[in-house]
Amino acid sequence: MKKTIDLNGKSYSVVPEVATIQQLLEHLGLSDRILIVEKNKEILQKDHYDAPIMDRDQIEIIHFVGGG
Amino acid sequence: MLKIADKEFSSRLLLGTGKYPSFDIQKQAVAVSEAEILTFAVRRMDIFEASQPNFLEQLDLTRYTLLPNTAGASTAEEAVHIARLAKASGLCDMVKVEIIGCSRSLLPDPVETLRATEMLLEEGFIVLPYTSDDVVLARRLCELGVHAIMPGAAPIGSGRGILNPLNLSLIIEQSNVPVIIDAGVGSPKDAAFAMELGADGVLLNTAVSEAANPVMMAEAMKLAIEAGRLGYKAGRMPVRDYGVASSPTEGLVTN
Repeated sequence: MKKTIDLNGKSYSVVPEVATIQQLLEHLGLSDRILIVEKNKEILQKDHYDAPIMDRDQIEIIHFVGGG
Repeated sequence: MLKIADKEFSSRLLLGTGKYPSFDIQKQAVAVSEAEILTFAVRRMDIFEASQPNFLEQLDLTRYTLLPNTAGASTAEEAVHIARLAKASGLCDMVKVEIIGCSRSLLPDPVETLRATEMLLEEGFIVLPYTSDDVVLARRLCELGVHAIMPGAAPIGSGRGILNPLNLSLIIEQSNVPVIIDAGVGSPKDAAFAMELGADGVLLNTAVSEAANPVMMAEAMKLAIEAGRLGYKAGRMPVRDYGVASSPTEGLVTN
């Protein structure tokens, strides 16, 4: 089944080979970046990136930017 | 040494990382400042433009302590959420509580700041609240068990310098944790003044990033903080209403 998720506020179609958060990060070319992932409003710890992506999941990818 | 919780720092300058003209200038400014604590904000990544360079990722993270702020939060709950996000990076356990209560002046919301501080301490964070120069609020925050207190000199980004030295002195006098003057510092004289009042450190951003030459200003701030600290420790002379001659009044060679 085709999965469509809400990714950082935008509708995003997940390709079939992406089944987990880790695979999504790799697919987006973000696996070596410093970031934090939130799935359905829950913060994922690094060892939980094997969490499956389900249709209509709400995923937020967050990082650090310059600030005072 | 500046000691915050169990961490020790030889620099008393905490540097913000926002609004620099370029990454290259920012890197040089950070290096010259010799700051060991750098603040960052937590934001949604622009994943569709993810190739954009990220300053944090260009730093040698073994050399710096990250101090994420909760900027963008207007309630205690939002601040706690941002702090948890920052901690989940696995890179930091310190947080600067920053909850703005007035969009015009950017002054902090005292009630939400107090609430968030209490919640974050409960969760085991090292908590450094950015607060106004209110002496009683500062005392209440200290009583909660904060690891440092960060009263503002003036509104964020205003560059107006220390508006209420008396209040800051009272906060410093009563505090049992480091007092870091945060926000509103505009020039090296402000930073030196903060240190002469007995502050343990200064956190600034715009004063460096918006200087005509940020790298030079970073060095100026470093020196000002060192000078102010030395001056404070040396113990300044008394202030008098009238002149007192520096040269001997005996053995005058004039009639």
